[in-house]
Amino acid sequence: MRLEAKPAPSLAATLAYPAGAVLVTLLSSSLLVLAAGASPFSVFALVAKGAAGSQFALLETLTRATPLIFTGLAVAVAFRAKLWNIGAEAQLYAGAVVTVVLGTGALPLPAPILIPVIMIAAMAAGALLLLGPALLKTRFGVDEVVTTLLLNFIVLLFVSMLLEGVLKDPMGLGWPQSQRVVADAQLPRLIQGKRLHLGFLIAILAAAIVWVVMKKTTLGYEMRAVGHNPEAARFAGIPVNSVLMKTALLSGGIAALAGFSEVAGLKGNLTLDLSPGYGYTGIVVAMLAMLNPLGVVASAIFVAAIFVGADAMSRTAGVPSYIAEVMVATALLTMVVAIMLMRFKVRWR
Amino acid sequence: MEAFEILLTASFWVAAIRIASPLIFATMGELVCERAGVLNLGIEGIMTAGAFAGWLTVYAGGDLWTGVAVAAMVGALFGLLHAALTVPLGLSQHVVGIGITLLATSLTYFTYRIVLPEVTSPPKIEPFQPLPIPLLSEIPLVGPALFNQTPLTYLAFIAVALTAWVLYRTPLGLAVRAAGENPAAVEAQGLSVTGIRMGAVMAGSALMAVGGAFLTMSAFNSFFFQMIAGRGWICIALVVFGSWRPGKALLGAVLFAAFDAYQVRLQQLTGGMVPYQIFLMMPYVLSILALVLVARRATYPKALMIPYQKGER
Repeated sequence: MRLEAKPAPSLAATLAYPAGAVLVTLLSSSLLVLAAGASPFSVFALVAKGAAGSQFALLETLTRATPLIFTGLAVAVAFRAKLWNIGAEAQLYAGAVVTVVLGTGALPLPAPILIPVIMIAAMAAGALLLLGPALLKTRFGVDEVVTTLLLNFIVLLFVSMLLEGVLKDPMGLGWPQSQRVVADAQLPRLIQGKRLHLGFLIAILAAAIVWVVMKKTTLGYEMRAVGHNPEAARFAGIPVNSVLMKTALLSGGIAALAGFSEVAGLKGNLTLDLSPGYGYTGIVVAMLAMLNPLGVVASAIFVAAIFVGADAMSRTAGVPSYIAEVMVATALLTMVVAIMLMRFKVRWR
Repeated sequence: MEAFEILLTASFWVAAIRIASPLIFATMGELVCERAGVLNLGIEGIMTAGAFAGWLTVYAGGDLWTGVAVAAMVGALFGLLHAALTVPLGLSQHVVGIGITLLATSLTYFTYRIVLPEVTSPPKIEPFQPLPIPLLSEIPLVGPALFNQTPLTYLAFIAVALTAWVLYRTPLGLAVRAAGENPAAVEAQGLSVTGIRMGAVMAGSALMAVGGAFLTMSAFNSFFFQMIAGRGWICIALVVFGSWRPGKALLGAVLFAAFDAYQVRLQQLTGGMVPYQIFLMMPYVLSILALVLVARRATYPKALMIPYQKGER
């Protein structure tokens, strides 16, 4: 078989291929639902109802989408420059640690100043955390996939150490959890009495800013050039290593905002289960969006809907909620195939 | 002084070889894939699936060796999926690999919940028992460490010898290595690069799955969530550390495992003065350091991560 390049896809094709990927995902997960002894139609109906069937469900989906928008953006930015940042999980926790350190009374500032200060500090922590692997890549030629993956384990152990040591809440009845952040460091709820918080709007703003950076600035152009062909980019006079550094700072900083927004907006304190793998799911979110920053918002909401819906479904239908993880992983694989088929024609011969 | 005496105890070396065994299988698996030109980041998930498949087979009444075979088959199936997407379709090996890890892990957990809906503590099986080799196991220090292990550990060492023999002494091995260095030359010989690469990824993935199965069927006796704990990623570092050579990679795995066994004992010796997380971090930190040390003069297989299309130059 051979692959032949196709002309640029029409808008219809740009929508049809991802839709096909979603369809294949639904069909293959139907088999698992059948294996669990339930009917796919009623299970998927329950998932949809649990994700969007009520105001509560919808708000819950948007709340769950918030950290995924941040990690999805972080991955989209990095992958665009072919910087394989698989460490969004660690960067998320770096942001969360900084939020707790600065937000539990260390800085006696009013909310309008305190919150931006914490945000910037959290971003700096995440950025620095990815700068290490990026430097190892450019200076020593160490593959950043392995270093960022290993850092996820190191950082989680580090957080565990902090939560059993200096950051441990003395009133926490012995649980490894931090103190709660002060009221001035908390992001306000968007609707009184509901869980959706300002972090969601910050995430959408971040997506818009990243879109502008990627499409309208020299840096964005350089990042795409480096990702497309580093040799050609270097030949064209683009400082490849410096672009990779900037990409790393941007990507790590955005991922850290996921940790900031989860602590300051939703949970209030830091625990070891702050993130059920948002960093890894961010990879799926970014790929489903074809690395488009605005698409990340839509795909994060879609992925969050699957998770929230599956949680609700498993309580009533008895199909394990791990079906959501399977669907998300399947969607990732079908989507990369769909993108390929959109751009290339397969000739069997 | 006490810290040094640990190195002279037989129990330390027994533990080191036991810890090394799953890493040896999985490192050989990754090495075979990469030698053929394919980076397999599905390793972490494939080890998880293998650990569960082998254990489940025995839990369901199967024989231990049947469990190993089932684990290998499950691994080869995930390898087939990985290879189908990355070799003929030439999709990003990074993205597909992470996707395979996510898929294999979540499918494993889903199946676990389907098969064992009600359990709170993981059920146990009767695992492989140590099989002392007559006379050799009597040698002080070396005997218990190398010749009083479970049959799966012996199989790990056989897998290294077999991998080295096939890669360097057979026409098949030459073809595999050439597919990772200069695929066009393989095609010029009338061989199929696609076929060789797909076969290598399937065989390598089977080895990874057996590495996972070692944990549930030899090191421990049950399956629990997150039990692979980054071992797959460590094996990817070990392949680089071993410069893509089976012997060197074996040495790396044993050194690494010795260090791991040592830190556990050192942890007991310091008696809680140092947070235990520091010790747990060491294997991951060590892997990164090892990569930094060797990366500069690493000689990657030249066609690693480069998809091959027939007739392209």
